[in-house]
Amino acid sequence: MSQHSKDVSIVVGGSAGQGVQTVEAALMKILKDAGYGVFACKEYMSRVRGGSNSVEIRVSSTRSPRRAYVRRIDFLFAMDAAAVPHLGWRIGPDTLVFAEAGQAGDVAPGRRIDTPILSFANEAGGSPLYANSVVLGVVLGILNVPFSGAESYLRRAFSRKGDDIVAKNIDAARKGYEFGKHTSFVEDIAVALSPSEDRKDDLLLDGTTALGIGAVAGGCDFISSYPMSPATGVLAFLAKEAKRFGIVVDQAEDEISAINAGLGASYAGARAMVTTSGGGFDLMQEGVSLSGIIETPIVIHIGQRPGPATGLPTRTEQGDLNLALHAGHGEFVRAIYAPGTVPEAVGVMQHAFETADRYQVPAFVLSDQYFLDSVATVDEGDLPRIPVARHISETDEGYLRYALTEDGLSSRGVPGYGKGLVCVDSDEHDENGRITESFEVRRVMMEKRWKRLEAMRESAILPSPSDNLDAAETAVVCWGSNRGAVEEALGRLGSVKLGGLHFSQVFPINPKVKKMLKGKEIVVVENNHTGQFADLLARELGVKVSRRILKSTGEPFSVEELMDELKLESKTKN
Amino acid sequence: MKPFDMPEGTDIAWCPGCGNYPLLTILKNALRELGKDPEEVVIASGIGQAAKMPQYVDAHMFNGLHGRSIPAAMGIKLANRNLTVIAESGDGDIYGEGGNHLLHVARRNPDITVLVHNNMVYGLTKGQASPTSEEGMKNPIQPDGVVVEPFNPIAVAVSMDIPFVGRANVGDPAQAKEVIKEAISFRGFSMVDIFAPCVVFNRQNTYQWFKEHTRPVPDDHDPSDRVAAFRLALETDMMPLGVLYRNDSRELYEDRLGITGTPLHEREVSESAFSEMLAGYR
Repeated sequence: MSQHSKDVSIVVGGSAGQGVQTVEAALMKILKDAGYGVFACKEYMSRVRGGSNSVEIRVSSTRSPRRAYVRRIDFLFAMDAAAVPHLGWRIGPDTLVFAEAGQAGDVAPGRRIDTPILSFANEAGGSPLYANSVVLGVVLGILNVPFSGAESYLRRAFSRKGDDIVAKNIDAARKGYEFGKHTSFVEDIAVALSPSEDRKDDLLLDGTTALGIGAVAGGCDFISSYPMSPATGVLAFLAKEAKRFGIVVDQAEDEISAINAGLGASYAGARAMVTTSGGGFDLMQEGVSLSGIIETPIVIHIGQRPGPATGLPTRTEQGDLNLALHAGHGEFVRAIYAPGTVPEAVGVMQHAFETADRYQVPAFVLSDQYFLDSVATVDEGDLPRIPVARHISETDEGYLRYALTEDGLSSRGVPGYGKGLVCVDSDEHDENGRITESFEVRRVMMEKRWKRLEAMRESAILPSPSDNLDAAETAVVCWGSNRGAVEEALGRLGSVKLGGLHFSQVFPINPKVKKMLKGKEIVVVENNHTGQFADLLARELGVKVSRRILKSTGEPFSVEELMDELKLESKTKN
Repeated sequence: MKPFDMPEGTDIAWCPGCGNYPLLTILKNALRELGKDPEEVVIASGIGQAAKMPQYVDAHMFNGLHGRSIPAAMGIKLANRNLTVIAESGDGDIYGEGGNHLLHVARRNPDITVLVHNNMVYGLTKGQASPTSEEGMKNPIQPDGVVVEPFNPIAVAVSMDIPFVGRANVGDPAQAKEVIKEAISFRGFSMVDIFAPCVVFNRQNTYQWFKEHTRPVPDDHDPSDRVAAFRLALETDMMPLGVLYRNDSRELYEDRLGITGTPLHEREVSESAFSEMLAGYR
């Protein structure tokens, strides 16, 4: 017997190129259209073909959607013989393993369902290529989702290939569907997740797309970048949207060129960004420093992956907070954001552009492989929009780019707009932007560049507290991509002692946070080895972090392991 | 005071006799004769004595990082193609530190001009060999003389099909001015390698030496003949001055990217396009 009333965790495993992602895309769309809340995350090896990869799809009701990685697998679909051993550590006594007879190997303690994927594929289409549609059908059959969704999806997906191909795919899916229904009956599988009719118009967005949409909404005019996993998707997204919005996209010869081209464009008035991962960002650091002294805005997206050096190229980590925090020689001001949900990704990207322009500083957005590759359903109305304010002024004759002001911010002119000349200099410079070696000018300019930090602190995005934080004894703090897993773990533990606090802006930290944490034990959850944010929090707010829950294996936290860790936490407090 | 002149009394950090002085005059004259207004001209530079040039020209200035004037200049041009954009630095900056950018901007072909002050030595860091230093030149890092081959910028430029390749010598200001004017007017990426001696650290490649080792491009040279240009580029004993190569048939990067005359900072995010985009994710 297998009963599911909250959510179902479906995992599809196979080698690269076998179509795991095709099945994922189809299921996500069909289930979303059928009114379910869906979330998917994936893990894959650093190779184009072969290896062993998997995708987890969590199906839930839209009212209490599940948006985090769980270790638990309810239904595992093994597309090849390697999938079961690869995922064996996640197979529990309640896992049903759907695999070709003889391909599943030892699935103990799970239960094997011999599934004739290939013979269905061959019967329907005369080729193993139809296996994806078979698997799709089996899943929908088990979940008892009307088959019409699969039919219209496959019709759309294969229409360009002709009626014959469409019919064969539908046939393959139907064979799988009937098998799934039959299995559901025989195995006494009951899935009761109550889909909602009114959520069919929800959007399906992954982290990459959400950041891209945020960049478009934030008025991004220019991106120059060099491909690097897992951050390339943002470049590809903007390239795809370039014509529609008039965005200039340049594929740079290296990351050094990328950030310098971005700063050139920004100097000339464009809202410019770069996207890269830690290793590529290392090369950009001198450019970050340049942005600091010439007070020229730039938005830098770092899609984090485990380092040092090449590390684990396709895996996840939150190891580059200190890198972003300290990047570039010399001392200057910056802002750092780290979204934890799809709407936050759309929002903080706009905040990054706004902050960069308003305060004339570099602004970072930190994501990671887990976040970028995770897909969730989201209500369009939940996507924040911030008006694009250019913060650019027409210049007069005698314009001074670095005119001294009360708040340290000079009116930002750009070449070709007004009578003034716009001079910026990587050397220390006077109000006109011309080189100087005067100690006094240096003193004044350092103060000028640092004055803005106060205003940036006051306007920093406040972290999101759980409903019970006020009364809780312990605050479980996280940042960036861990939001979903921490929230779900706390929700499922249901302890009044444990509250949650998620930061989508990690620097500067709003001084009001100190009050939110007052009198509480602080536990920080981070996907890195040392607890970089815990250090930052302690330094910025003078608070004591009593415990760090850390993980740097290259995998995200699962909800279960956080529950285990935090259970311990609430017990020791009893 | 004429256009592009800095106010009287502006402190100039170059040594007396530096080849950058005549080049400063040549550049300002070239810009004036082309009828440019300071408000439409941006000079981007890197680091080094040559890279201080925009400090002494009354125009827009982007004095950025060592070796990175080319990507910055390109970014400026792509953000506002109405601007006249010049990247200017020395041989160490453009051919050494930023060599990769030179190669790859050649492939893109934006309408910018790169002026390289070539003095065959490092000035600001005090006398080390530069990419164009002659073999055997004694210097603080190679006390027995340079043991690597010099970089041939003209040969590289022609081989990369940089569509305008010129060479000038500040010892011949009239010729230098004409080449620079033609480079700035050229529609596409243009590069001029300009001999501008360092009188402090390079005692072998002097004004006199450059005079004795250069000659005008032959009258019958056809700059559109790439093979002929390459042959001239290999003449390193008597280096040809003038327009060595010109290819008017290359498309501009700006045009290929669909960039219009509206500066990017005037662009607005279309709400209907935004809704249309989101609809694709339903």
